[in-house]
Amino acid sequence: MTLDRFPLVQFRVPGIASSLLRFALIGLLAAAVFGPLLNMLIWTVAEAWYFPAKLPIRWGFAFWSKVFRPEAGAMKALSTSLLIACMTVALSLVLAIPAGYALSKRKLPLRSLFLLFFLLPQAFPTVAVHMNIARIFYGLGLTGTIWGVMLVHAIQGLVFAVWIASAAFAAIGEDQVEAARNLGATPLRAFMTVSLPLAAPGLMASAIFVFLISLDEFSGTFFVGVPDVRTLPLTMLNAALEGNYQIASITALLLLVPSILFMLFVERFLKADVLASVGK
Amino acid sequence: MGTDPIISLCGLRVAYGSNEVLKGIDLSIAQGSFVALLGASGCGKTTLLRALSGFTPASGGSINVNGRDIQNEPPERRGMAMVFQSYALWSHMSVAQNMGYGLKLRRVPRDEIKRRVDDLLSMLGLSGYGERSVNELSGGQRQRVALGRALAVEPQILLLDEPLSNLDARIRLQMRHEIRSIQRQLGVTAILVTHDREEAMVMADQVVILDQGKIAQIGSPEEVYQRPQTPYVASFMGAENIIDCETERDREQVLLRVARVPQAAVSVDSTPDSPAPIGRVQVHFRSEMASLGEADNPSADSLRIPGKITQVSYLGGGYRCEIKTECGQFFIDHPRHVQSGDATTVNIPVPALHVFPRDPAREVRPPS
Repeated sequence: MTLDRFPLVQFRVPGIASSLLRFALIGLLAAAVFGPLLNMLIWTVAEAWYFPAKLPIRWGFAFWSKVFRPEAGAMKALSTSLLIACMTVALSLVLAIPAGYALSKRKLPLRSLFLLFFLLPQAFPTVAVHMNIARIFYGLGLTGTIWGVMLVHAIQGLVFAVWIASAAFAAIGEDQVEAARNLGATPLRAFMTVSLPLAAPGLMASAIFVFLISLDEFSGTFFVGVPDVRTLPLTMLNAALEGNYQIASITALLLLVPSILFMLFVERFLKADVLASVGK
Repeated sequence: MGTDPIISLCGLRVAYGSNEVLKGIDLSIAQGSFVALLGASGCGKTTLLRALSGFTPASGGSINVNGRDIQNEPPERRGMAMVFQSYALWSHMSVAQNMGYGLKLRRVPRDEIKRRVDDLLSMLGLSGYGERSVNELSGGQRQRVALGRALAVEPQILLLDEPLSNLDARIRLQMRHEIRSIQRQLGVTAILVTHDREEAMVMADQVVILDQGKIAQIGSPEEVYQRPQTPYVASFMGAENIIDCETERDREQVLLRVARVPQAAVSVDSTPDSPAPIGRVQVHFRSEMASLGEADNPSADSLRIPGKITQVSYLGGGYRCEIKTECGQFFIDHPRHVQSGDATTVNIPVPALHVFPRDPAREVRPPS
C-alpha cells in the first residue's frame, strides 16, 4: 500500500499572526500576574487617590510612618506572623517526615486512601472547618494562643508537607538504602545517613510551602487567634475593611519580605530540577 | 583456596506470596572461589543473591556461612558486601565519602579511613577522584566506586548483582578482567549474578546455571560448556540448533537417526559413565562446531543433513548461514562466503552433538 494518496495534514498559523498571538498571550499573562501587584505598589506611595483619577492625586510616604509607628502594631504583627510560621514549619516537618516516609513505601496498604484522607479537610469550605476547630480549641483552652494558631496553620500545611515528603522519599531508590544496610547500617542509621539527606531537597520544598501558607493564612487565625493573636494578614484586612488601602498595601509589601527572604534562603539548597521532580 | 565451604545452602526456598521463586537450592561455595549464578531473567538468580544478603527472607531451607546459620541475621550483620546493578551510589556524598561509609560505621579513625580509601582509589585507577561528586563520573567509574565501597569493609563475601550490565561493551570487557584480578588478589569469595554466559565463563571458577528456581547444572566453565546435562543448559551455553532424532542400540554402539531425514544417521558414543539416551531424543549443536560441505566428501563420524542456504550474513570472522533442511532451520558458521539459495550439506561432527531425551513439549510443536 502506498501512502502517497494521503499526504500529512499540516495546520499552520501564518508567521505574523503567530508571533502577534504569542505576544498577546504573554502580555495577558503578565497583566494578570503583575497588574494587581503594580496597583498595590502604587497604593503604597499614594497619599490621595480618588475614584475617577487613573493615578494618585498626591504621592508620598506619609502612610509608611503610620504603619511603622509602634502603636500601629504592624511590626508586632510581623514578628507574631514570623514566629507562628517558623513554629508551623517545625511542627509540620516533624510530623511530615515520618508520615511521608511511611506513605512512600509502596507496600503500605490503602496508601492512596491515606493521601486522599489528608486532603479531605481542604474539600470543605475553610470557614466551616475553622469555625468548628475554634469551638474545639475553645474547649481545650487553645483559642487566643500562639499554639492554637500554629496548630490551625499546621493542619493546612500538613497536607502539602506530607504529600511532598512522601514524593521525596518515594524518589529514593530502594537499593540506595539497601546499600547502606548491606555495609552495616542499622535501619535507623540508614535512614539518617541516606534517606533523609537524599530527601532533603524535597523536604526543603515542603518547608517553603508550609511557611508561605502560614504567613498568608487568614481564616483560621481569625477564628482561633482573634483578638489576642494578631498576625499581619489580619492587620492587612482590618486596614482594607476600613478603606485604608495605603496601610493594607504597605502591610502586604511587608508580608512579601519574609517570603522572599525564606525562598532565597531555601533556594540555596534547592535546584529547580528537584522542585520539578516533587510532582512525580 | 580452602576446602571447607564458606557458604552452604541447603534446600533454600524463597516465595513471593504463592509464587515460589527458588525451589530448593543446594549449593556449596568454597572459600576464595568465584561463582557465577547464570540464567535467563526470572530464573531466580537475583533472588538467590538477595536471600544471601538478607534482603529477601527465605521461606525454607538454611543458609550457613562459616558453619553458622545466618537466616535470622539482619542484612547489616551478614558480612557480605554487595555491588548493585544500578551502582546505588549516594549522590549527596563525594566519592571518598561513599567509599568510606562502611568504615565510618565501624568507627575507624578518620586518617585510617582516608588511608584505606586512598589505597582503594589507586587500586581501582581512580586516584585524585576522591573529592569529586559521584554525579560527575562515567558509568565505568561509578561501577568502580561501587566496587571500592564494597571492598572497603574487607568483606569475606562479595556479592555482584549484574554489575556490568549497564556499561558500554568495551568497558564491560575490561571490567570483567579487573574485577577478576582484584578478587584473586584479595582472596575474597565472590558470587556474581549474570545473564551473560561469556561473562560468567570469563570471570568465574564455577558456573551455577539456574532454571526456574532450580539448579540445572554446576560445574567449571569448561564442564558446563562442553558437557551440558540438560537441553536448557545446552541452549543457554550456545548449542541452540536442535534436531529431533531417534536412537537405537546397535551392538556396543548407539545409532542416531534424524527423525525426518532417515538417511542421515551416525553412531554416537555411549559409555557407562554417560550413556546415550535411547528412543526419542533431541540433539543440540553449536553453530561454530558444524560446517558446510559437499555431499561427495563422506566422513564416517559426522552427521550429514542436506539442506538449502536461505540467508548469509557476515560476522567478521566468517559468515553465519541460515540453512533450511527437512528437519528444521539451523544457523551454521562458515569461513567462506556461500551463495544464498544454493544446496548444501550440514556436517556436524559426533563430538559436537549433545543428545538428550526429547522434551515432551517439543512433540506438540508443529514442524517448522
